[in-house]
Amino acid sequence: MSTKHTIAAEKFLQNSEKVTRHDQTFWSVRVKRDAQSQELPEWEELREAASQIKKHTITHLAEYLEKFEKNATKNGAIVHWAKDADEYNEIVMDILHKHQVKKVVKSKSMLTEECHLNDHLIKHGIDVVETDLGERILQMMHLAPSHIVMPAIHITREQVGRCFEDYKISPEVGNYDPTYLTRCARYHLRDNFMTADCGMTGGNFGIAETGDIVVCTNEGNADMSTSIPKLHIVSMGLEKLIPDYKAMGVFHRLLARCGTGQSTTVYTSHFRGPRPGGEMHIILVDNGRSKILGNEEHWQTLKCMRCGACMNTCPVYRRTGGYSYTYFIPGPIGINLGMLKDPDENYHNLPACSLCCSCDNVCPAKVDLSSQIYRWRQGLDGMGHADPMKKFMSKGMQVLFESPGLYTTALKFAPIANHLPKFITEIKLNGWAQGREMPVFAKQSFHELWKKGKVKA
Amino acid sequence: MKIGLFIPCYVDALYPQVGVATYKLLKSLGLDVDYPEKQTCCGQPMGNAGFQNMADELVENYDKLFKDFDYVVAPSASCAAYVKLFHPNIVNHECKAAQKTMDVVEFLHDVLQIKSLPSKFPHKVSIHNSCHGVRELHLSSPSELNIPRFSKIKDLLQLVEGITILEPERVDECCGFGGMFSIEEPAVSVRMGTDKLNRHLATGAEYITGPDSSCLMHMQAIAKHQNYPIQFIHVVEILAAGL
Ligand code: SF4
Ligand code: SF4
Repeated sequence: MSTKHTIAAEKFLQNSEKVTRHDQTFWSVRVKRDAQSQELPEWEELREAASQIKKHTITHLAEYLEKFEKNATKNGAIVHWAKDADEYNEIVMDILHKHQVKKVVKSKSMLTEECHLNDHLIKHGIDVVETDLGERILQMMHLAPSHIVMPAIHITREQVGRCFEDYKISPEVGNYDPTYLTRCARYHLRDNFMTADCGMTGGNFGIAETGDIVVCTNEGNADMSTSIPKLHIVSMGLEKLIPDYKAMGVFHRLLARCGTGQSTTVYTSHFRGPRPGGEMHIILVDNGRSKILGNEEHWQTLKCMRCGACMNTCPVYRRTGGYSYTYFIPGPIGINLGMLKDPDENYHNLPACSLCCSCDNVCPAKVDLSSQIYRWRQGLDGMGHADPMKKFMSKGMQVLFESPGLYTTALKFAPIANHLPKFITEIKLNGWAQGREMPVFAKQSFHELWKKGKVKA
Repeated sequence: MKIGLFIPCYVDALYPQVGVATYKLLKSLGLDVDYPEKQTCCGQPMGNAGFQNMADELVENYDKLFKDFDYVVAPSASCAAYVKLFHPNIVNHECKAAQKTMDVVEFLHDVLQIKSLPSKFPHKVSIHNSCHGVRELHLSSPSELNIPRFSKIKDLLQLVEGITILEPERVDECCGFGGMFSIEEPAVSVRMGTDKLNRHLATGAEYITGPDSSCLMHMQAIAKHQNYPIQFIHVVEILAAGL
């Protein structure tokens, strides 16, 4: 009964101290988020408002997209539409070719990750430099993000120091002091900002009413990426659209509080048009989103604003790390987005959930994460991915529980385990016995006690 | 008031004393309690594994057995929640019995609103706020939400003489049972359980108590394996202590 996640998780769990560190790191972010949320008496109303606004925007998407395009164009931006990852990558390459770009500086964007943009650019000879510190470290180490907001939090400062030494950006060998390393990164990134021909950013929000792109960062790297090169390319999923500034007020109050436990991100930048003498391109990417829109059971994933709170609270994510999941977005939202993207590859993540429902409660947009996971599980059999053992056990339970007679007979015999063969004893084969003792069956079940008149007031 | 007693399958087989305590307690409060013998399981084990469609007959059977009672009371928050929230979706129609189903804590606190109990339990207990009890039935305020703090479990336990009530750090983090999850992701499940146990132990409690014997079963299995000095008891057993 194992999937890629269960196998990877078991391996991750072998290093107990690492698990403790990982768990505590993300739990501490959850605690900060709780503290922030407790400071706002209107917190639950804000979440409800965010959920409603997203629902409204998503169900009127065509209207808002049109409005956004009109306003962004009026502001002097050039708006492109990409139906999928390939088209998106081509549009980016076209723009870069036209401007003879050799080097791109990028601020954090999960969408470019989703579309594998970096590989595409590198293949075409473009030098791509991630400028979010965590993303840059991962890029140097040739690793993928393990979290959507704190992508490199699983890397230790010693590892960072050694990596910087390899890249010759840390002259003091063996110095792993965080302030020193940050300074090294800063010099290194400044050099890249100065020499880049294009700055790429994501967009946390696109405001239809004004055509603004809003980018939230803690390092100011999006601002650096767009302040030096004359060319700015924004990549944004369709679902990032919100109606107006009033809505922005709601999301701004939620995003950082949920994501990192800060009352606001350090930088919240509104980009409304090209710099003088420059060009600003906005690429709106569908890549499966409009299909999700029509999916009755899973459309709510489109409400997600990628804050990462559901990962931080997820007891399974905290103990298994981002790389145990097969999709590049891990945790509760990643389980669901992965299934929407490619169920054959990502059904492996469906067991990674105890259905504790904590993710539902932290989500600022009230995405029904755990219910969706439950629903995906119901569909596995139809997809041909049901675990045969689980199916067998469930079938056994069905036979047993559907027939009260059989059920009572089974209960009567002690040890009862012998008479619930597939339901109980298979558990032993399937891992219950790893680190746990078998439960002890009562000599007489409640049923029997009742029948014999032994249950008395 | 006619009460139907629902004793979920695993309580029936492993923890009959929890069923007995529930019966005694309800009778001592002057209620008319009956136990329909043809009951089996709520269907949750199949549902969580991805086979809720195999539970449709169970659901119909449950509805038939319990629909005429005024309330159906179960000493298991997770099963009560499953009946209440999932049964109608499984069979695609309203379920009378599901609407009347309550966990025993909920029933005592909200319906009977009991204000005193004759029970004594001179021990330190750490409350295990089980996920479905907290987040589906709201037996206590979920730690994630900014709503006034409450705990129906605490309110009831406070009626017991001599008891010291404690709660672990990370007051409602999952213990890692999760039904099929516990055998499909055993490494994660055991780790979650061990972490949870350690937080309960750190309170200095002699007992871990909660409204869900399934979580207690999982933690007990780990505690036994590691020889942890702690005992397990269902909330209703404490409330009925001395009856
Ligand atoms: S419901 Fe599942 S995915 Fe959500 S926090 Fe709990 S274990 Fe994680
Ligand atoms: S699903 Fe909700 S909690 Fe998770 S990343 Fe998206 S917005 Fe944040």
